[in-house]
Amino acid sequence: MARHVNRLSPFNITALALGVAFLYLPIVILVIYSFNASRLVTVWGGWSLRWYQEFFNDRAMLDAAWMSLRVGAVSATIATLLGTLAAVGLVRGERFRGRTLFSGMLYAPLVMPEVITGLSLLLLFVALNAERGFWTVTIAHTTLTMCFVTVVVQSRLASLDRSLEEAAMDLGCDPVQAFVRVTLPLILPAIAAGWMLAFTLSLDDVVIASFTTGPGSATLPIRIYSEVRLGVKPEINAICTIVIALIAVLIVIASLASKLSSARGESAAPL
Amino acid sequence: MSTRRIFAQPARYAAIAPYLWMVLFFLVPFVFVLKISLSQTAIAQPPYVPVFDLSEGWSAIKAAFAQLSFDNFRLLISDSLYISSYLRSVVVAVTSTLILLLIGYPIAYGMARLPQRWQPIAMMLVIVPFWTSFLIRIYAWINILQHDGLLNKVLLALHLVSSPVVWLSTDTAMYLGIVYSYLPFMILPLYATLSKMDSSLLEAAADLGSSPRQAFWLVTFPLSLPGVGAGALLCFIPIIGEFVIPDLLAGSGSMMIGQTLWLEFFTNKDWPVAAAAAVALLALLVPPLLLYDRLQRRRLGDAK
Repeated sequence: MARHVNRLSPFNITALALGVAFLYLPIVILVIYSFNASRLVTVWGGWSLRWYQEFFNDRAMLDAAWMSLRVGAVSATIATLLGTLAAVGLVRGERFRGRTLFSGMLYAPLVMPEVITGLSLLLLFVALNAERGFWTVTIAHTTLTMCFVTVVVQSRLASLDRSLEEAAMDLGCDPVQAFVRVTLPLILPAIAAGWMLAFTLSLDDVVIASFTTGPGSATLPIRIYSEVRLGVKPEINAICTIVIALIAVLIVIASLASKLSSARGESAAPL
Repeated sequence: MSTRRIFAQPARYAAIAPYLWMVLFFLVPFVFVLKISLSQTAIAQPPYVPVFDLSEGWSAIKAAFAQLSFDNFRLLISDSLYISSYLRSVVVAVTSTLILLLIGYPIAYGMARLPQRWQPIAMMLVIVPFWTSFLIRIYAWINILQHDGLLNKVLLALHLVSSPVVWLSTDTAMYLGIVYSYLPFMILPLYATLSKMDSSLLEAAADLGSSPRQAFWLVTFPLSLPGVGAGALLCFIPIIGEFVIPDLLAGSGSMMIGQTLWLEFFTNKDWPVAAAAAVALLALLVPPLLLYDRLQRRRLGDAK
């Protein structure tokens, strides 16, 4: 009698199927049309790699892509370092002065509209008389993405058994050694996932980059965005497909990393 | 307990570098926004009159305060453009959040009822689009929604419409884009509360004679309210300041406050007014942010 309560109803299955279709169909259509031979985006003219070729001949787009990859790699690396330190401080540190302010500052950018973050950083850079370009975008992206890294690493660290570190210290490690030799390897998958999340977010951002970049150093999303505003071009389909493929590879690596971490006996972080 | 003390010391120092970073690149910039929102508009580079010079000490600070101008805020209140974009942001955010709840709840509910070993796969399926570029996903919709795009082709082929429907540059397209982009943000917190729910409560309700529908409304739904609140705020707060989606998908009729800020900054090059719009947007966000913070705290408190 009571068994029916947790069974999937036809309604549940329909909701799930429609939900997944809604989430994936537009992306699948985009990828298919990137191989369209026709110049008209909406007319199917057979399979072709023409638009990929076009992209690899487009100097300005390639420069923008290179800029994005550099900004993404550097900002994700700094963000991972700072975010991991922040997570350690928040989870392992006792109360310290301004802890509430600190965690508040780390949570705010997660939900803050990007126009505010972008504008405020730009006004700071102008006040500091900093030349805008690679480094200003990198700093802006680091600020945003380290918050995401902190969340990911923090949840992993919080679920870790403290007694492992205590055991290491009983066996003669100092706290730093215990952290490096015991804790760090255990949270490494979360750190890797954090890096990849930071990289992806940086590769995605238009708004903050638009505010903080200077003339002649547009990132890929800025270029895509200005092209899209002028109308749909088949070349953009190809670029988008390349970005999706790159991110898909990163997701596979990240999920393998979190599998590895759950195989070590702890439940993985949700991201 | 002594071991915990040993822990605490180095761990505490770990926070120094990120702390300084956030103060310098998150907190201090807000002070600049505030300052510039209170300064005079000038046509120069940088396009505002500096009103603050710490190097000249206390008298300079006093002079600066005497010079502060609320003109930009007066402009925001007096110009109907700002008031209407303020209102539109609220309307769009409320409407989208309600649609997201209606669509996201059944999906999260279905996920929570999946057999245990399928649940991680379902969660992965929801998270992957969140990782996939947000700009690209909006662009994918432009492909579909344009005049001779796939949607119109399908509708024409099915004889549901006799001539192509204008989708692009309408509010419908904008809501579609917003719902599509924010759906994972709604599903994940809902799923988190629904999957943790004790199914014996439902069994008890069934034993006591309630139909599955009654059990849902009397047991499941009330217990999922924290997730509903978290999901709603997680969507509502960023949608308020949304810029890219309305800019690409909505018509040029009325703007949201994020777009107004962008326009003031990039097109009109009026930095002080843009800064004032940012402060106004921030003020709009403070109540939901505080609410979200309280909800999070309560949820964390429950977990302990």
